[in-house]
Amino acid sequence: MSDFNIHYVARLARIDLSPAEEEKLGTQLGNILGYIAKLKEVDVTGVEATAHAFPLVNVTRPDVAEESLAHDAALANAPARSGGLFVVPKIVE
Amino acid sequence: MIHRLTVSELTNRLARRECSAAEILQASLDQIARVDGDVRAFLSLDAADARAQAEAADRDLAAGVTHAEKPLLGIPVALKDLLAHRGQPLNCSSKILGHYRSPYDATVVERMKAAGAVVFGRLNMDEFAMGSSTETSAFQRTLNPWDLTRIPGGSSGGCAASVAASMVPVTVGSDTGGSIRQPAALCGVVGVKPTYGRVSRYGLTAFASSLDQIGPFARTVQDAARVTGVLAGQDRRDSTSVPLPVPDYVAALERSAGESRPLAGLRIGLAKEYMIGGLDPEVDAAMQASVRQFVALGAEVVEVSLPHSDYAAATYYIIAPAEASANLARFDGVRYGARVDGRDPAEMNARTRGAGFGAEVKRRIILGTYVLSSGYYDAYYLRAQKVRTLIRQDFLKAFETVDAILTPTTPTAAFRVGEKSDDPLQMYLSDIFTISCNLAGICGISVPCGFTRATAETPRLPLGLQLLGKPFGEETMFRMAHAYEQSTGWHLEVSPLG
Repeated sequence: MSDFNIHYVARLARIDLSPAEEEKLGTQLGNILGYIAKLKEVDVTGVEATAHAFPLVNVTRPDVAEESLAHDAALANAPARSGGLFVVPKIVE
Repeated sequence: MIHRLTVSELTNRLARRECSAAEILQASLDQIARVDGDVRAFLSLDAADARAQAEAADRDLAAGVTHAEKPLLGIPVALKDLLAHRGQPLNCSSKILGHYRSPYDATVVERMKAAGAVVFGRLNMDEFAMGSSTETSAFQRTLNPWDLTRIPGGSSGGCAASVAASMVPVTVGSDTGGSIRQPAALCGVVGVKPTYGRVSRYGLTAFASSLDQIGPFARTVQDAARVTGVLAGQDRRDSTSVPLPVPDYVAALERSAGESRPLAGLRIGLAKEYMIGGLDPEVDAAMQASVRQFVALGAEVVEVSLPHSDYAAATYYIIAPAEASANLARFDGVRYGARVDGRDPAEMNARTRGAGFGAEVKRRIILGTYVLSSGYYDAYYLRAQKVRTLIRQDFLKAFETVDAILTPTTPTAAFRVGEKSDDPLQMYLSDIFTISCNLAGICGISVPCGFTRATAETPRLPLGLQLLGKPFGEETMFRMAHAYEQSTGWHLEVSPLG
């Protein structure tokens, strides 16, 4: 896969990789992409895609407010919180 | 020897007041203390919480509650480390979740507790269920109780190893491409992947949402059927769970009890595409013996064709990583888990994920991101979804003429620690017999079917056969597996550490 740029795709995936990781993962992923390229052999003309084996559609419940996870419980595992909110680094414009 | 008893044996003893739930739990904790230093299946367990549940079960029993009302009353059940259990840690065997504790119970945990089970313990797994050997766990290496130089399979390696070493009679895990059936086979226990939609996934950490399904490990088919009956059913919190009634799976097994040809009238298919050379000779011999056994039980065995089998692994390794890359986006250092700070959110996300995920998880997220990225989506992801349609159609066509399809669960017995951990592609191909089941959304079970021959260097190792059933055809699948098991007795073999 000559057009597989590990550095670029890792950035899209928001994963920092060390140069050593980039090299190792890049080679392994090249092999895996070589293997999965065999799907090009299959004639899929006119075949519908399957997203789920048993798609259920329009699964809804009555539009009534219910009890859900308590505010404190939802925040309990946060690495940083303040005033009942999740805290993230400042977004610089 | 309480720790070696099956669920049916334990419930009989409890019903006759021959032992208490507290004694059963203690036997389980004692066995864990005795052997888990070697096997290392448990990441942690909360004995005090388990004891409180066992005491509650004993109070229920004293008040006259029966196992007809609560099918798992007083039975210890341990969980793979990706199922939410309120107040308990949940790490998916990854560093990225830090000191996470579940704020709620998964639906399956709720259902088992309502059925009287004593739910405790976190079982080791491949990180985020990505792997086939439990070696990608960030915490510890779990070993196979039949040979401590070998892997237990994966990703639910802790689930299979703990049952094989008689630490608990039942565990619950998840299966995305074989993660229940493959370790069950390699550890010599029973493992079930129910049909897609049969069991609610609310509270299961998602890996690949169109493939994941929760299911049990147990020592017998009857126990596995009983637990599946507790787990199954529609749940309004999982919109993919189906609104179909749950049959009484255990009653289905009892209907043909005592018959000399309990499988008369049923047809089993052997896929010719699975029989092309290269199969391990001992696996092949065990398969041929099991075919003769099914014939003796009254089943008719015929050849079927699954023409797109050769494309299943490639299809899986596009679809599963693609879905994983989306599902694991939630591990971003904001709402839970460990965080590595950065100057802005994007840098914080990337540093957190770079430090928190292990190599296999990074590999799959990056692969999934690539096959979904602009310019490659049609060539990879969309094409894989179309091939998936063809694979599913192969199975549905085969099921027009047969009631189940019989395969080996794995191409070989358990491999050695480290043997495949540096070669991801070889590791992926160890799942060739189990992957299609998830792509097609059907049900499957692995049942012990023999052993390899012991040599000077290696003790005998368990082998498993796989029965693949029709969508929502668990009843017939359990009947076949149970008849086979009861006529062979492989399930009575106990691992050296059991």
